[in-house]
Amino acid sequence: MEKWRAGHRFLRYSSTKSFFDLRSKPISEKATSNHTLGFERNGRRKRSFRDSLSFLGENKGLLGVSVGRGIGNGVGFQVRCFGSATTLVQRNPSFSTLNSDDMNYFKGILGEKNVIQDEDRLSIANTDWMHKYRGSSKLLLQPRTTEEVSQILKYCNSRFLAVVPQGGNTGLVGGSVPVFDEVIINLGLMNNIIAFDKVSGILVCEAGCILENLISFLDTQGFIMPLDLGAKGSCQIGGNVSTNAGGLRLVRYGSLHGTVLGLEAVLANGDVLDMLGTLRKDNTGYDLKHLFIGSEGSLGIVTKVSILTPPKLSSVNLAFLACNDYFSCQKLQMLLLTRLAGNVNQKLLVEAKRKLGEILSAFEFLDNVAMDLVLDHLDGVRNPLPPSLHNFYVLIETTGSHESYDREKLEAFLLHAMEVGLVSDGALAQDINQASSFWHIREGLPEALMKAGAVYKYDLSLPIEKMYGLVEEMRTRLGALAKVVAYGHLGDGNLHLNISSPQYDEKILAQIEPFVYEWTSKHHGSISAEHGLGLMKANEIFYSKSTNTASTHRSVWTGATNGMYKEIAGPQKNT
Amino acid sequence: MKIMVAIKRVVDYAVKIRVKPDKTGVETQNVKMSMNPFCEIALEEALRIRESGLASEVVAVSMGPSQCVDTLRTGLAMGADRGIHVESNGALYPVFVAKLLRALVEVEKPGLLILGKQAIDDDCNQTGQMVAGLLNWPQGTFASKVVLDKEKQVVTVDREVDGGLETLCLDLPAVITTDLRLNLPRYATLPNIMKAKSKVIKKYSPQDLDVEIKSDLEVVQVIEPPKRKAGVIVSSVDELIDKLKNEAHVI
Repeated sequence: MEKWRAGHRFLRYSSTKSFFDLRSKPISEKATSNHTLGFERNGRRKRSFRDSLSFLGENKGLLGVSVGRGIGNGVGFQVRCFGSATTLVQRNPSFSTLNSDDMNYFKGILGEKNVIQDEDRLSIANTDWMHKYRGSSKLLLQPRTTEEVSQILKYCNSRFLAVVPQGGNTGLVGGSVPVFDEVIINLGLMNNIIAFDKVSGILVCEAGCILENLISFLDTQGFIMPLDLGAKGSCQIGGNVSTNAGGLRLVRYGSLHGTVLGLEAVLANGDVLDMLGTLRKDNTGYDLKHLFIGSEGSLGIVTKVSILTPPKLSSVNLAFLACNDYFSCQKLQMLLLTRLAGNVNQKLLVEAKRKLGEILSAFEFLDNVAMDLVLDHLDGVRNPLPPSLHNFYVLIETTGSHESYDREKLEAFLLHAMEVGLVSDGALAQDINQASSFWHIREGLPEALMKAGAVYKYDLSLPIEKMYGLVEEMRTRLGALAKVVAYGHLGDGNLHLNISSPQYDEKILAQIEPFVYEWTSKHHGSISAEHGLGLMKANEIFYSKSTNTASTHRSVWTGATNGMYKEIAGPQKNT
Repeated sequence: MKIMVAIKRVVDYAVKIRVKPDKTGVETQNVKMSMNPFCEIALEEALRIRESGLASEVVAVSMGPSQCVDTLRTGLAMGADRGIHVESNGALYPVFVAKLLRALVEVEKPGLLILGKQAIDDDCNQTGQMVAGLLNWPQGTFASKVVLDKEKQVVTVDREVDGGLETLCLDLPAVITTDLRLNLPRYATLPNIMKAKSKVIKKYSPQDLDVEIKSDLEVVQVIEPPKRKAGVIVSSVDELIDKLKNEAHVI
């Protein structure tokens, strides 16, 4: 996950306006009929996977204000088109619109206070963090319990009202805001910590807990969250799970598929799935919670999470390094992770490497364009290294339990890396303040990009050795049109490719898409490493998933939302 | 000219301080320790003076348990030429630090002694003033600007005082204590960390310097400040007025 400055209120939680919808039957019919269209790669038909799975169709003028252009009610329009070339979706006309009975019903369940129609609050909930995606929802609901979520969904299902789940609204792909007039279900009030076991480190909490609050709570218990990301001050754990957020510690603690032990989720028809186990091992049938991790809300709303948290270790060291070329960054990583590397005889160094592989907790990179951007646009940031022409910067963080030993090993390793020329310069944080200012450079990048003007964001998984090739090709394609800014989680093979220009411009977009997706696909990468598909990339799933895989996705979705869930889940049955 | 800088190892500025359950002090076990931020600024200033050619050597001094050597290494990695460690495991109050510094000044004979204005652990803000008194040197405390004139052997110091800035001109040798806005300390770079490994740290004990550490202060107890109560949201102006009148008793 891209880290963002804590100072801002950011977003992120679930997503999906996309495949989440509430009435199974009509949708599945529609989905079937659109099957081929939606799944056709490069077809550039403006009928997407998402939209084939139902959407609010109709005009923009859902609640009376008709935008009468086009024929019939199937007028497509480019939704906040800055993000992606293929976001043309239509409101599914079979969805209902809100009436006063609906409002009364919701007030009956939630109470007056948690049924929000205030325009200012709706405008915030309708808009994503980048101000790139904007919906026109007229209703924001804030349930306090799973039971309330269930009642809301059951009702919306019966009334055929579309909904969008929302957490901290920090997503980057337009997943957490409505596309049209969906009812927004925000889980912010479900923010209780239910249980914490100090022996096993298992935390059970409600989905609306803000990540940073969980981090602070665990800190007092001597534990940490297995994920950390820049949006931690606003993002919620339910959204993190629904989008399978990656973040800065993934290289050490793995993805949420490994650390989440159980979930409670509410299906579209209001059924509550209790999968909230705290068991490390459970081989009874399909492990359905994994379907919800990263499903972006398309299968249901996550309401509770149980997660395995690692103990907090006292010794944290952070190095900010400069490399002359990308190859050096890559080799540095190989050297770091290779337990017993080749031709080095010194005992200390061999030990250092072995030790470092174990205690490595982050391996991040940014290029010089990214560095200049941060220096230009953020206040109080300075380059930790003496001014010189460095092309790449790498952040290495280690977390261990032995302060002086860890530091000695890191120093030995870095000095060796410098001697052999992989690192051209570097600085080692001497205190926590310095460490924060090093992190601030990396974490401040999304904010710096926002300040620089328009930004086209791509979040790609690629083989590490090929990763920077895309950046270079993109620079050649765009020339003076726009700045290509590259940074990311080198340790995870995750590139954040950002194209920055003063204004959004169709000419720029035409140079980027579909090239960036095609390039990624050609090199067997993923077009969404950790941000999710959202609205931005719903049509582009085919660049990373084969037709068969994608259609199985759809079968799962159809199953879950048709109320066939139990049947599919039966251990004796194959789908 | 030689510059001596005193640097203190303290609980890291960013660490949340916890009081020991027996109320004898704050928890320092398994807690990140770093150089006192004001001392970093003092060292940075000394290095800048040396780099501008007005001083020939910067000597960093730290006092306390053996781990102070780590803090000295940080100082050496920032650029100090050599280190002095006065090893002492007991509590070192400002007056003893001042006496030890005086003894070291007599050995090293620096032209300038720079300290942080205070340490962030005990917030004493006394050592600089005391050592100036003991040495009978002029002092410029809370410096936000330091200009050295080598010809005239004077140093001009801007001080941050309540009403604004006060400018003092001190004859050398002198004592300066540094305030927050004096400079932005540099980072320890890898080449400098490498160089620091071969720099010398000389060890002294208080006995070597003929200073007797015998405290006439006794810490009775250390406790946390009372916790601030959570606020409440009032539903009406009337309720607010009622609370201000009857609970807060302010109107």
